[in-house]
Parts: sequence; C-alpha cells; structure tokens
Amino acid sequence: MSNTGQRNEGLPADAYPPDELGRFGAFGGRFVPETVMAALDELEIAMNEAFADPAFHAERAEMARDFIGRPTPLYLAARLTEDVGGARIWLKREDLAHTGAHKINNALGQALIAKRLGKQRIVAETGAGQHGVAAATVCARFGLQAVIYMGEEDMRRQRPNVVRMHFLGAEVIPVTNGAGTLKDALNDAIRDWITNVETTHYMIGTAAGMHPYPYLVRRLQAVIGEESRVQMLERTGQLPDAVVACVGGGSNAIGIFHPFRDDPVRLIGVEAGGDGGALHARTLSGGRVSILHGSRSYVLCDDDGQVLETHSISAGLDYPGVGPEHAALLTSGRAEYVGVSDEEALVAFDRLCRLEGIIPALETSHALVTAERLAKELGPDANILVGLSGRGDKDVDQIAERRAKA
Amino acid sequence: MNIARPSLAVYLMANEAAPELAEAAVRGGATVIELGIPYSDPLADGTTIQRAAQAALDAGITPTRALELLAEIHRRVNVPLVPMTYGAIVEGYGEEAFCRDAAAAGAEGLIVADIPPEESGRLRAAAEAVKIDLIHLVAPTSRPERIRAAASASRGFVYLVAAVGVTGARENLDSRVAELLTTTRAAAGDTPILGGFGVSTREHVAGLIAAGTDGAIVGSAAIDAIDTGGAEALEALVRDLAAGLTV
Repeated sequence: MSNTGQRNEGLPADAYPPDELGRFGAFGGRFVPETVMAALDELEIAMNEAFADPAFHAERAEMARDFIGRPTPLYLAARLTEDVGGARIWLKREDLAHTGAHKINNALGQALIAKRLGKQRIVAETGAGQHGVAAATVCARFGLQAVIYMGEEDMRRQRPNVVRMHFLGAEVIPVTNGAGTLKDALNDAIRDWITNVETTHYMIGTAAGMHPYPYLVRRLQAVIGEESRVQMLERTGQLPDAVVACVGGGSNAIGIFHPFRDDPVRLIGVEAGGDGGALHARTLSGGRVSILHGSRSYVLCDDDGQVLETHSISAGLDYPGVGPEHAALLTSGRAEYVGVSDEEALVAFDRLCRLEGIIPALETSHALVTAERLAKELGPDANILVGLSGRGDKDVDQIAERRAKA
Repeated sequence: MNIARPSLAVYLMANEAAPELAEAAVRGGATVIELGIPYSDPLADGTTIQRAAQAALDAGITPTRALELLAEIHRRVNVPLVPMTYGAIVEGYGEEAFCRDAAAAGAEGLIVADIPPEESGRLRAAAEAVKIDLIHLVAPTSRPERIRAAASASRGFVYLVAAVGVTGARENLDSRVAELLTTTRAAAGDTPILGGFGVSTREHVAGLIAAGTDGAIVGSAAIDAIDTGGAEALEALVRDLAAGLTV
C-alpha cells in the first residue's frame, strides 16, 4: 500500500492522552506506594505547565538542535535494500544523536522539567547504559547530581557505557538483586526515589512505569516520528508502508509510531526473542496482564503474578514489562508485535555493519531483522521506515567475546 | 475487625516458620499479625523485607501456601490477622478468589501496598463481600485530600507511614507525623490509626502513642530479630516494643 500524505508532522505529540487515572484503555495507571503519589501529581502539573510554556519549547528546541544534533538524518539504506531485494529500507538515524541513541531526547526534556521542579538530584535506571549515559550527560550539562542504578550483569556486558557515565560525573550503583538486569535496576531506582522523593526527580528512561511517565516520555520521544514523517514525505512524496522499531520498555517505538498513528501505516514493534525458545523477553507476545513498576500492562510473570527472569543478548530489551500504551495498541490491533531471536539479531547486525558502514546497537538489530523480512514481503514498490534507535559501540566487547567462545 | 487499643501489629513473612513465630509474637504482646505474601518485586520494601520475600519465594511459598499458613496461624493465635502483599499477587490470584480464600483462612483485614484508594474499587467490593477490611496507607508526603480519601476509605485501621521511604528499621521517624496524624484523625473518625515504616525501638512506639496514634506496626525490625535469634529474639523484641505502648 502506498499512501500520499500531507506535508505536516502528523499527529500532535499530546494526542490520545491517558484518562484522568493515567490509563491508555485498560492499561497504565498508578500502582505505587502512597509516599510517591504527591510527587507524581507534582510532576504531572509541571509537565503540563512546561508544555504550555513557550520558553520550555524554545529551550528544548535550541538544545535539540545545538546539543543533540537534531533533526537526525533519514538515510536510505541502498545497499541493504539491494541485498535484501525488496522494499526500500529507510533508517531514522537516532544513533547519530548526541550520546548515540534516542534516549537523550527524553533525558533532556526531563532535565528541563526537573529544573522547573527545583530538584537537583536525579535518579535513573539503565539497562544497556544508553539512558544512563543520556541522564549523566544532561545532568552534567545542567549541573544536576546523577545517580544511576545499573544491574551488575549489565555493567559487565555494557562496560563502555559505565566508563562514560563515570567520565560524565555520575555515580553508578550496581544492582545485585534478581538477575542484575534492567528490571532490578528499575526497582532500586524507584526505591531510592521513594526514599528521597522530596529532593529527587526520577528520570525514567522508557515509556513505562506509573502515570504520567509513559505519556511524558512519549511526548518527549515523538520528535523521532515527527521528523521521520516530514523527511519521508520530502524524500518519497508519500508515507512509509510500515514503521518498524524495537521494543524493550518501548520509548523509541512509541516515539516513532505516535505521529503515524492516524495514518494508514503499519506499526510493528519487535521484541527480544532470546534463544528463540523458552528464554526470551517477548512481553507483548508471551506475557499476561499484570502490574509492574507502577503500571498495569503486559508482564512476563507466572500464574501467581511473580515476575519471571527474561533473557536477551540485548540489555536494553531484557525487560519483563512494557509501556502501557503499547499494550493498548496491541489490544486495539493498531500495532503489531513480533519477536526476533539473539542469533537473528546478530545476523542483521553484521549485515548493516558490512553493507552500510553503520554499527547498530543490538537492540536496534532486532528491528532490522523484521524490516528485512517485511521488505521481501512488500516488494520493491514499498517503503519501510526503521527506527535506528542507537549505535552499537557499547556492544562490541560483548559480541567479540561471544564470537571468541563460539 | 476490632483491634486492641493501643495495638502493636507485627509483620511476619509467610514461610514455614510463620505459625510458630506468630505464637511468639503474640506471647510478646502483639495484638495484630500481618502476614506478608511474598512478591518478586516489592517496590515499597527495603532490603530486610526484600530478602525475606526472596527467601520465601526460593522456599516455594506461593500465595496459596501463604494462605494455608495464615489458616494455621489462625488456629494457633487469637488476634486479628491481616495479609499484606502487592497488586500483582492479588490480581494474579483473582481479587474475588483471593478475598474469599483469605477470609476462609481467617483474615480480617488486607493491605495491598501498591493499590491506592482510587484504583481499589474492585478489590474493595471483593473484600467487603467477605467482610475483610481494606486498609490504606497515608504518608507524610500525602496532600490533605489524599489523606482524607485514604483515611475515610480504610476499615479496621489506617496505616500511617511514619517515615518517608521504603520499609526498614530507622533511627528516627518523620518529624511531620503529628501533623499527618491530625489530618488523618479528622478523616478516620473512630477508625484506629497505626504507625509503621521504620519502627524499631520502644521509643518509636512510645513516640507514636504520645503523638496520638493507636499503636505501631513493626516489620523489618521483627525480621531482623528472627534472623538473629529466631522466635525467642522475636518475642523479646515484641515485649520490649509493647512496653512502649503504655509509657
């Protein structure tokens, strides 16, 4: 399907807001201890005031341009397209944003809001380390104290990002609970926030968690889709046939999907299929509705509600929850979600490195697998937009180590 | 649920030792037993209760087994029993089934740390149907309208969070307890108010009583005592804390 769209930025970032309880359909809300309820109310008010304030938009736009390097390019992956032999594959180059991933879009916006709240201390969790680096970066830029929780296993497999956070002046706290991955880092970041809520802003890195975070993060990440939509129309004269993005918590996916939501464009989220069998992090295609990290959504949990260990080669996708808006998009049928295994992601990783001279993050490599498959299905007249959410520099040690063992 | 005034509630993690520990706590002066049903990701809890929950899960304590243990405690002691857990566990079990089975096991109240009053409609209906009192929390950071909503919706008692943060033994309780208590009392009417989070000494208990609460809840300090000296140490701790109720 080819579509002729209008030259505009698509659906506004604040369209389809959650209801007064913070729910997108049956998902979302606030399932948190009472101690942080007031801080969530305060954050919601600050968010609304900021988005109504031209000064906030002006500062955000200036920093997006001069500090992050926006707009990021839209790149036609011509050699990949030729190699796959199907639809044209377009890459939205968030890997070229400052710090090397889309995470900085959210971190910048939240830092500006934290300043408005008068909060000098920032706590954040990180999985792959990209959000941790983004948070440490904006904290350095605005003179805020950064405390980053990171699972021990993730600190090992994403060591370059730990070093970067230290250089940026952040304190990185190893999390040893559970499997020492992203879920456990969120738990401890939230506990720190509950304890220091009056002086501290919790800078969540993904479009999950308790209201208003999923809505706030979507509004801050929608810039990815807004720019892409304009760029696709400029370059091809039409909207893409499909938009493909990887989904861990889901911030890069919701950011690139949202402006296309009312367009006749397929939206496809790609989750981590792990070993292709029982060990995975396919929350939407393999989970059930429960509560995790303050929000109702799909969760990988057992019949009792106990959260299960997940597995993915990609630390950023290794998460048993998912943002509530993705759960709503799945339920309504507006978006599709598929799983891709570690091995498949590594093949796509290699192909992009060698054909395009771009080293993608392991997270992003999952989206590339689905984009390649879809390109074959849709054929040469179609256009596929892929959120190239981050660069893979952080992953080189891990991949080299894995290959040395093989 | 009618609790003693003043009251000392003791939190225990559901595990195979819990019935014996509940007896020890009641001998020491506990007037309410809270039984934690372990959850893998307890956001409101500090390291002591996290570890206890993980140990219970590792030992195979399911929600079903926890309710069996509650029933065993009910056979052994004659104080109100209050399961305490998280929304994922109650919803995983099913709100109606959970409340029905908890009531059958002898529960008179229920605390779900991450289900706020505005999200508790279905749970409240399920609890009321089997005469279980749903207990909400008020915190020093809560704004007055939230305190009023939580206090007036609570049955059995109101759980007053006496320290900002997660659960865990502390040196000092929050200085705003008195102010919080005034607002809570105005909304709670005759419903008792118990202070918890951080309570670890007789002085804390006495301080909460002096401030005007109807008693205290001890959790992490009780678990620390059990880890150190088992039922005997728990009984001694509870006896010491209970002395703070009447000074």
